[in-house]
Amino acid sequence: MSHEAGYKTGEEKLVYMANQIARFFEAMPHEEAVSGVADHINKFWEPRMRRHLFEIVARGGEGLRPLVLEAAQRVKRPREADA
Amino acid sequence: MSFVKEIDYGTPAARSDKTVTLTIDGREITVPEGTSVMRAAREAGIEVPKLCANDMVKAFGSCRLCLVEIEGRGGTPASCTTPAADGMKVSTGTERLQTIRRGVMELYMSDHPEDCPACAAGDCEMARMARTVGLKEVRYGREGENHIWPAREGKANPHFVEMDLSNPYFAYDPSQCIVCSLCVRACEESQGTFALTVEGRGFESRIAAGMHEPFLESECVSCGACVQACPTGALREKSVIEKGMPEWSAVTTCAYCGVGCSFIAEMKGEDVVRMVPYKAGKANRGHSCVKGRFAYGYAIHKDRILRPMVREKITDPWREVTWEEAFRHVANEFRRIQYQYGRSAVGGITSSRCTNEETYLVQKLVRQGFRNNNVDTCARVCHSPTGYGLKTTFGTSAGTQDFDSVEQADVVMVIGANPTDGHPVFASRLKKRLRQGAKLIVLDPRRIDLVRSPHVEAAFHLPLKPGTNAAVLNALAHVIVSEGLFDEAFIRERCDWDEFQDWAQFVLEPENSPEAVEQVSGVPAETIRGAARLYATGGNAAIYYGLGVTEHSQGSTTVMAIANLAMATGNIGRPGVGVNPLRGQNNVQGSCDMGSFPHELPGYRHISEDATRAIYEALWGVKLDDEPGLRIPNMLDAALEGSFKGLYIQGEDILQSDPNTRHVADGLAAMECVVVHDLFLNETANYAHVFLPGSTFLEKDGTFTNAERRINRVRKVMEPKNGYADWEVTQKLAQSLGLDWNYAHPSEIMAEIAATTPSFAGVSYELLDREGSVQWPCNEKAPTGTPVMHVGGFVRGKGKFIRTAYVATDEKTGPRFPLLLTTGRVLSQYNVGAQTRRTANVVWHEEDRLEIHPFDAENRGIRDGDWVKLASRAGETTLRAKITERVAPGVVYTTFHHPATQANVVTTEYSDWATNCPEYKVTAVQVTPSNGPTEWQEDYEALSRRSRRIVHVEAAE
Repeated sequence: MSHEAGYKTGEEKLVYMANQIARFFEAMPHEEAVSGVADHINKFWEPRMRRHLFEIVARGGEGLRPLVLEAAQRVKRPREADA
Repeated sequence: MSFVKEIDYGTPAARSDKTVTLTIDGREITVPEGTSVMRAAREAGIEVPKLCANDMVKAFGSCRLCLVEIEGRGGTPASCTTPAADGMKVSTGTERLQTIRRGVMELYMSDHPEDCPACAAGDCEMARMARTVGLKEVRYGREGENHIWPAREGKANPHFVEMDLSNPYFAYDPSQCIVCSLCVRACEESQGTFALTVEGRGFESRIAAGMHEPFLESECVSCGACVQACPTGALREKSVIEKGMPEWSAVTTCAYCGVGCSFIAEMKGEDVVRMVPYKAGKANRGHSCVKGRFAYGYAIHKDRILRPMVREKITDPWREVTWEEAFRHVANEFRRIQYQYGRSAVGGITSSRCTNEETYLVQKLVRQGFRNNNVDTCARVCHSPTGYGLKTTFGTSAGTQDFDSVEQADVVMVIGANPTDGHPVFASRLKKRLRQGAKLIVLDPRRIDLVRSPHVEAAFHLPLKPGTNAAVLNALAHVIVSEGLFDEAFIRERCDWDEFQDWAQFVLEPENSPEAVEQVSGVPAETIRGAARLYATGGNAAIYYGLGVTEHSQGSTTVMAIANLAMATGNIGRPGVGVNPLRGQNNVQGSCDMGSFPHELPGYRHISEDATRAIYEALWGVKLDDEPGLRIPNMLDAALEGSFKGLYIQGEDILQSDPNTRHVADGLAAMECVVVHDLFLNETANYAHVFLPGSTFLEKDGTFTNAERRINRVRKVMEPKNGYADWEVTQKLAQSLGLDWNYAHPSEIMAEIAATTPSFAGVSYELLDREGSVQWPCNEKAPTGTPVMHVGGFVRGKGKFIRTAYVATDEKTGPRFPLLLTTGRVLSQYNVGAQTRRTANVVWHEEDRLEIHPFDAENRGIRDGDWVKLASRAGETTLRAKITERVAPGVVYTTFHHPATQANVVTTEYSDWATNCPEYKVTAVQVTPSNGPTEWQEDYEALSRRSRRIVHVEAAE
């Protein structure tokens, strides 16, 4: 599904970004890959983006690569006030 | 008011460990072996008269003015071509020499216009030399054969050649030329273009551009080196001819590319008469390009907006207001938005064109004033992967060398960069080294000029398919590991051997073999092998790369792959080697250093580090948010989603420079207060509610940090035409928001940066005035800075090898979009063209063209110069085609210097996995013949016209 304006909506893009990160770390040993993805998201994703990620995961994580789903458990929950 | 005058030593400095001692006019002087007698004399304080020599080019010995006498030797040798020797006794001013010099000078003057305007203005060495040698009269008169008179007694003078005024910036008057060949040598040696020559012989000899063409039509790149070298008025800046000689000057730093050239701004009152490259400038060593040397006219262009403006809706015309009203309006709006939508609903964008001090203030405003970390910078769209990749592998987000380092390189690998256009002064230094015999490897989809240009030819050109950088670098690593060409001792000492082995195992996997990579990249396996062997075994090997590396889905991966290669071959930590990003904008390095990223405080310290936040919390008196903020594309997403409403943008035109213009436009349109702080009503301003006029680099004090981490001073040479330097505007805005900022001068801002950032601890304006410039880290351990990084060990401890698997971009060609578009720039224009389009540089590039291979053009019935439609999945635009074999079949190329082209309507939103740096270098497109502009271009043009309406008021201030 693509926005008619010719770009992805926020959520589509978030899924895409998360998967892209996963594909880089998938070349590494599993443990390193899981912590790599989680660490990257913790370091660079603003709380709003992390909240959306958790929402997507809570809905079943459709479209997310398995590595993202696994790493999501180590992603920092945003504080209520920030999200 | 002072005038900066650099000493001309006559011939270049000699490099030798051995010295010789000689006596000149009774003064003893010791110089390095190989130094000319002329230079030795100048170092001893004795100026030998000369016309055909300067210390930028090799001596030629043609003018015969610099003759000296040497005890025990016959004749009167030229001091410029005579090397100093031990025990030599030289006389420079005997009666015999004076007589000869007067005779020589008299002959010169007999063919020099009596009413030479340059002589009269004091801009001609001829007049000065005539005085120096005591020439009183010209006995020969000027009646005989000469080059001066167009016609005499009704007969045309066959030796006379008309002035060449074709170049917009300088004039060539052959009648004043003495054919000393300094210009020819400057073009060859300093610039490396070889556009000039001496044609004819004897009295017929003449300087000619190209094949006896006007300068503009020749291959001349208008760098100005010849004008600078000319000892007569034959080559002069038109600005000097028009305005007269400068009265005072100051050393400052160019505001164009990341080379960061030093210039002497020569002034008449508040008017720039000319910009002369500064020899003591360590980035450029006295050289320049057409932009820095000549294209500063935008600073006084009529399009500059000098009064603040406000409007309620973006469909309203602009209303001029006082500064106070503008600041009050912004403060009220931002406070309202934060109250209504939350603290994180506003943010700021810092500029890579502004100074370090200004950038620091914008991020401080966001962090201290807005109390969030929603700050980003234009580096997001260019070199953010460099920051990420080099920090991960080496431990610091910056290039490893100074530019001087290239003089010691034996092999240079240029990846995804086009230095002769993008970083011309560095390119000249590189070409000089290549002419001395260093080998060149080029990885680029296009056959850039460096691949083959006069006296330079790449040993290997790897014309890879756009998007396959990581694959090709992995294949190079495959060859280096499989053939045992890695530097085991270096790796064991400086890196983690286990990590290396893991990486080695990875690169040896079959999909990384040259044969497998040939399939995806189109580069023959044997070429990959040859390049890998040369890089690993050719001596000092240095990598220089540009946006062709970073602006990809795998930008960060590729930067790490480059770092892997350098570590594996031991090419890190000494002069002549290293990993060197060629930075796009003047202060892109500095804007990154200054904490412009939403996850980092100045000096690349993560926002989650308690100790770092504590430093700023103590100083600024607020609690800082420990969560990363939004990046530019995320700000736009959040705006579309309704949670981001206010943005302060200093000196960046995101609508034109960021990918997928429609997304940017919709995002901006969804905000309630967009503040654009710029010189011109740029494209982004079409969506702005407040416009704050900006100031140019000529109007403020500060510092820029170039691609070598060099902190250079920017010095104010005129009052801001808009009233305030940019740092003052940000400060006043902060004050309106209730912040207690009281900086009286940018040096005080630098003092705060130094006090809070370990890598800048030693930096101060006093130090910069004393040293000229310093490269960070500059602190107790390195009091005068760090030219080469990672000497003896990596900043992060051990260098880190990382698996850099090739992942093909999702932007794929197919039946609808069968061609790959890649983008770049040209020499005469800069970035989105806001500055260069407002100078005479447009004579070289008045529009963006689509380069297309003859095969692809013929298939589509496209002729050179035809209008074509360029369509991608994101959008479409039209421009004119240029048919060339510079691009491979299947690849098309364009620049993005003109807003009407709207190249970013076509580029997609795909971006680097780690940093969201957009994938500008790969877009699947179709090209078809077209009649004219697309609907979007027409609509946009109409919108631009509408949104640029200004209602002028009577002077309010």
